[in-house]
Amino acid sequence: MALKIVKGSIDRMFDKNLQDLVRGIRNHKEDEAKYISTCIDEIKQELKQDNIAVKANAVCKLTYLQMLGYDVSWAAFNIVEVMSSSKFTYKRIGYLAASQCFHESTDVIMLTTNQIRKDLSSPNQYDTGVALTGLSCFVTPDLARDLANDIMTLMSHTKPYIRKKAVLIMYKVFLKYPESLRPAFPRLKEKLEDPDPGVQSAAVNVICELARRNPKNYLSLAPLFFKLMTSSTNNWVLIKIIKLFGALTPLEPRLGKKLIEPLTNLIHSTSAMSLLYECVNTVIAVLISLSSGMPNHSASIQLCVQKLRILIEDSDQNLKYLGLLAMSKILKTHPKSVQSHKDLILQCLDDKDESIRLRALDLLYGMVSKKNLMEIVKKLMLHVDKAEGTTYRDELLTKIIDICSQSNYQYITNFEWYISILVELTRLEGTRHGHLIASQMLDVAIRVKAIRAFAVAQMATLLDNAHLLTGNMQRNGICEVSYAAAWICGEFSEHLENPMQTLEAMLRPKVATLPGHIQAVYVQNAAKLFATVLKNQEGNTDSTAAQETIQLMIERLPLFVQSANLEVQERASCILQLVKYIQKLQQKDVEVAEEVSALFAGELNPVAPKAQKKVPVPEGLDLDAWINEPPSESESEDEQPKAIFTKEETKHSRPRHIEVDEKELARRREARKQEQANNPFYIKASPSSQKVYQDTPGVEHIPVVQIDLSVPLKVPGLPMSDQYVKLEEERRQKERAEKKKKEKKKRKEKRSGRGKRHDSGPESEEDITPAHMVDIVTEEMPENALPSDDDDKDPNDPHKALDIDLDKPLADSEKLPVRSHRAVEAAKSPVEDGEAETAAPQQPKKKSGKDKRDDKKKDKDKERKKSKDEKKKKKHKHEEKEEDLLRGEVDEPVVQSEGISQVAELPTSTSAEVSDLDFWLSNAPVPSNAQEVATVVAAAEAEAPVAEVVSGAAQDSEPDEPKDTEMEETKSSKHKKKKQKKEKEEKEKKKKKRHHHHHRHSDGGGEKSVQNGTVEEEEEPLPSMSNYCLLAENSYIKMVYDIQGNLQDGSQVVVSIIFENKCDSFLKSMEFNVLDSLNSKLQRPEGSGPHDSLTVPFQLPPGVSNEARFVFTVQSIVMPQKLKGTLTFIVKNEESSTHEKLDFKLHFTCTSYLITTPCYSDAYAKLLESGDLKGSSLKLEGVNMPFHHLLARICFHHHFSVVERIDSCSSMYSRSIQGHHVCLLVKSSGQTVSIDAKCDEPTMLGNVLDEIKQTFSQC
Amino acid sequence: MIKAILIFNNHGKPRLIRFYQYFTEDMQQQIIRETFHLVSKRDDNVCNFLEGGSLIGGSDYKLIYRHYATLYFVFCVDSSESELGILDLIQVFVETLDKCFENVCELDLIFHMDKVHYILQEVVMGGMVLETNMNEIVAQVELQNRMEKSEAIQNLSPPYLCHLLHIATSSRSLRSSSSIHLNVPPAGLSTILTPTRHPQL
Repeated sequence: MALKIVKGSIDRMFDKNLQDLVRGIRNHKEDEAKYISTCIDEIKQELKQDNIAVKANAVCKLTYLQMLGYDVSWAAFNIVEVMSSSKFTYKRIGYLAASQCFHESTDVIMLTTNQIRKDLSSPNQYDTGVALTGLSCFVTPDLARDLANDIMTLMSHTKPYIRKKAVLIMYKVFLKYPESLRPAFPRLKEKLEDPDPGVQSAAVNVICELARRNPKNYLSLAPLFFKLMTSSTNNWVLIKIIKLFGALTPLEPRLGKKLIEPLTNLIHSTSAMSLLYECVNTVIAVLISLSSGMPNHSASIQLCVQKLRILIEDSDQNLKYLGLLAMSKILKTHPKSVQSHKDLILQCLDDKDESIRLRALDLLYGMVSKKNLMEIVKKLMLHVDKAEGTTYRDELLTKIIDICSQSNYQYITNFEWYISILVELTRLEGTRHGHLIASQMLDVAIRVKAIRAFAVAQMATLLDNAHLLTGNMQRNGICEVSYAAAWICGEFSEHLENPMQTLEAMLRPKVATLPGHIQAVYVQNAAKLFATVLKNQEGNTDSTAAQETIQLMIERLPLFVQSANLEVQERASCILQLVKYIQKLQQKDVEVAEEVSALFAGELNPVAPKAQKKVPVPEGLDLDAWINEPPSESESEDEQPKAIFTKEETKHSRPRHIEVDEKELARRREARKQEQANNPFYIKASPSSQKVYQDTPGVEHIPVVQIDLSVPLKVPGLPMSDQYVKLEEERRQKERAEKKKKEKKKRKEKRSGRGKRHDSGPESEEDITPAHMVDIVTEEMPENALPSDDDDKDPNDPHKALDIDLDKPLADSEKLPVRSHRAVEAAKSPVEDGEAETAAPQQPKKKSGKDKRDDKKKDKDKERKKSKDEKKKKKHKHEEKEEDLLRGEVDEPVVQSEGISQVAELPTSTSAEVSDLDFWLSNAPVPSNAQEVATVVAAAEAEAPVAEVVSGAAQDSEPDEPKDTEMEETKSSKHKKKKQKKEKEEKEKKKKKRHHHHHRHSDGGGEKSVQNGTVEEEEEPLPSMSNYCLLAENSYIKMVYDIQGNLQDGSQVVVSIIFENKCDSFLKSMEFNVLDSLNSKLQRPEGSGPHDSLTVPFQLPPGVSNEARFVFTVQSIVMPQKLKGTLTFIVKNEESSTHEKLDFKLHFTCTSYLITTPCYSDAYAKLLESGDLKGSSLKLEGVNMPFHHLLARICFHHHFSVVERIDSCSSMYSRSIQGHHVCLLVKSSGQTVSIDAKCDEPTMLGNVLDEIKQTFSQC
Repeated sequence: MIKAILIFNNHGKPRLIRFYQYFTEDMQQQIIRETFHLVSKRDDNVCNFLEGGSLIGGSDYKLIYRHYATLYFVFCVDSSESELGILDLIQVFVETLDKCFENVCELDLIFHMDKVHYILQEVVMGGMVLETNMNEIVAQVELQNRMEKSEAIQNLSPPYLCHLLHIATSSRSLRSSSSIHLNVPPAGLSTILTPTRHPQL
């Protein structure tokens, strides 16, 4: 053996280790790949050896190679081997490799479950730590499910090092296994107040991460976080909490009010920039959420903006960047405050740092107004010229377009200017955003009718100069612009001054080099132009011009007929034939122009981008249903090319009514004329440019290009947007002057009256009249379009699954799967055996007992929940009653078992929590700004008790309690503690209630908000109910029990028994035994005989009660059954110990085999329709309780769920553990209740009904 | 959440990669290249934030990086992390490395990638910040190293011999630009390093 080790070591000396590998790679720079492949071969050899040290070394090297991009998944199994080494050194290497290269589809991950579990429970904290770290990287849904419970236990580990890791990893577990969130949440919450700052920070981290995705579920934690915020000194934690509040405030404006004061103080006091920045961010979020009603609203905004200005002016680029980022958030709601810092932001546009320039651009978006739009865009255009990188320039371009087009061109006063800007942008070289410019051109030309003439003129010039403007149109995206230009020129050709010239430009041979879809538009619009030209020329007596036009078409079109693009080819050949036909008719002197132009008649309306999607599907139309049966496979293949073809066609062709009769056409044209006459160009200040057609009645016949004759142009025909800026200024000045004149006049007229009222202040937004009275056509939407816009939601978001209501008490189906001795029976691996032996010899039994209790608790919570829900509703209406209820609840035989206690406490604190939140929020001190910090301290102190109540048990418990060495003593002391705690809680609750009352009297406004949202329905409260019934009792001990079906196993029921020590002595060695029947048997551990008794896994000190669970197997569940049993125990006091015995009878009712299962009404209807169920009915007389109480009772005692309820009639459903469906229809009239029931097992149904009857006869 | 932590040198050679979300090896290399491309062309006096690359994350993600001598430390984070906080965290991480390796330089990272990983594991776990207190991090790392050593001595097993071998061939003797110490300037921000006590509210 020793020899072997030495030999292994010597072997090892000649192996390469990681350092050798790295050195080797560095020495083989030329043939690195080859060297590495030989290394991989060596590694493969090493992995084949038995020596774990050699293997670990190999795996370590693989981890390095993985970083270099080599796939090492082939060694996954070896990695698992190294992970399972007992030495920390190797284990760590294994886990590191696993965390680097395992992922969800790595199949060997399945093998790791037991190994990881073993490591998690290792006595060495670093084994546990390494396992947790590794697991956090490769946790899968399966691992999460299997290990959730183990990790949850680790959250209460004695070592903070483990606790914080366990807390953090829970987030990953939640993501992979959302069902674990609710069971684990109470403990997670408890960790928020862990004594160790690291653990606390981890818990804050996890909850913030959870809350960020689904904030509404975490609103009830606000008071707790508020407390943390005001007490924590850890900036890291503070930042997280403040960020969390930023996410919560939009949901609860009252929270914002409460926050603003401490946050403002923090802003003033902190020296940490990061904290300051996050505070400012959250204050902004608060201010956004508070629409109005804040007196010192503007003060806070001013403070934020002022602090941000300091950040932006800082020399540190990081602060500058963040300052701008936060500024853009303020901008959305308070643009005015930001606008005053325009100088600073424009200055940032010149910053050398591109990130900062981009942020500044974002800000500009919101700073524009009608007044400064032109100025800002002018500045941006300068930047466009200066910009070096294309990405930044493209960004500028999109920003210019965004800024101008925002909110339906709200800020554009002069569309001629905008068109000019767009045209100027086309001169950018190498931009990717040609299509963006094009779509803007199209949009403006279509929607702003008044601008069409101008747009057409510009587009014609653009087409003329297309070849000049962009040297190589093919390569860059700018050629898209010619798509728009051609379309505009064609569609609105009536505005063209010289259509012939444009037609010629559109049919140039060079056009054939453009992309196909653009050529297609060219060809189609050439046809439109042709129609216009023909119409213009037909009036002339001389037909040579028309002949020439036709000739041009016939000459040029064949080029396109030869195009490789189908679309172009088809259109071109179609039009060519048409032109040839027209030529024939012309030669016969037939007048065709009218008919040709009729081809293209009709107005096109803009359609909203999502219009198609928003058309509601008519009722009864199933879009997925086949209209015709799907053709066979071979057929569909034939059809495919066709489909492609049609698809392409629809992309460019537009629906047109070709056969519109003449009358209709004339009518339309008339209407159009009328419309345009009503919107004449309306220019006050610069009449010079458009004077010409100011006094002409119709717009259509006017040659539009005349307008910019007064404008000196750089490129012939192209406008300079700067000119417009000047013109606009002049116009405004004139306007202002005119206005003043008018006002003076008015004042003169009214001088005798009020003189000062008309003093015109600085020019305001409204004063600026647009240069054109434009009618911006809104986009068309289908009738009754759905308003909701749910396109943005990502159905694959993993966080969606975590949208879980955490305030609801736990249901019995929600429990973390735990290993119990039953589950292990099937396959016990040697590893596990070893673990069980080494870790804790008596652990399994105890643990299972605990788990059973755990389940039980959850069951109970769920039951309680129902009554709780009702109660919640009328919490404030029935305060006095509530107190009784709460007491009743505490009186309930609730037994705390260690570890799971907080689960049980959840519901109690929950109902309190909801109202507490309301109370806490309504209690906002809202001190005025002038108040000193001292008052805030007082306020915080006043709130402290409330927050304490909310956190309830969490505070009292001691997370440091040694878990591993749990002895009976600690347990019992714990029980005592729990009891005390209960009492304390109760007291506190009462105290709080007094508080409530007090509050009501003193503050009427507060009362209102307390009630807000909590009062829903007026119904009487339910009396408290318990399913536990007495099993047996003597002077020493009392046993109550409840039976629940096991959802997972159809042949098992779990009997929970609460043992209560009634005497002054210690009860120990309790043994539980039942005489099995043929049908029902108590499950005993393996190896014990059929008559052996089971040891109850705890002892009872005086006055203490505890719960144990026993599993029974049943075969038939259709009949109720009674089992006889005995409990033996030793009563021990100081002097003596006696052996005692108590007989009992366990009653298995049919009800206890039912499991509350929710059922949807449609599934329920289907079930009833199926006809497999047999009916039976029951009539109850003299029931005088409200109907909802009746239902609640059936739900609670007989495990039914309500499917639907209409007035005093309700359908209910339940399912047995063996899958029998039980349906009830409960009707109530007066004191008579009739129950019609259906079930697939008549015997069982009869028994269930009998039991229901009995329930009601008892009350 | 932190999505990835990348350390590479001035030439884009990866020195440590740690993804908290699965990417294939090819994708990982692509991301490193892209990130290097984005980061390396930036001057040292511009801000340390970058809107995320196209490969990793979307609009919600940011690259936050620091440049120390020959190495870039890049964290890819989402909006739940404080930008300045992460900058401080990088500083803490590098200072921790400096303590653990005694004047850390690129060579330390090259030859002891595994150790750097172990240190990182004490700072960030599964994409979430685990510990920000440098002394605590160093203490935990050292305890684990001590455990490793005791295991090695206990059974005279190979790591012990390896350690002896190491001493014989010190990695620092190599002459390379990468032996430049990462001079760790004091952080200008104070999220973690000097927690400021604000007045009681």
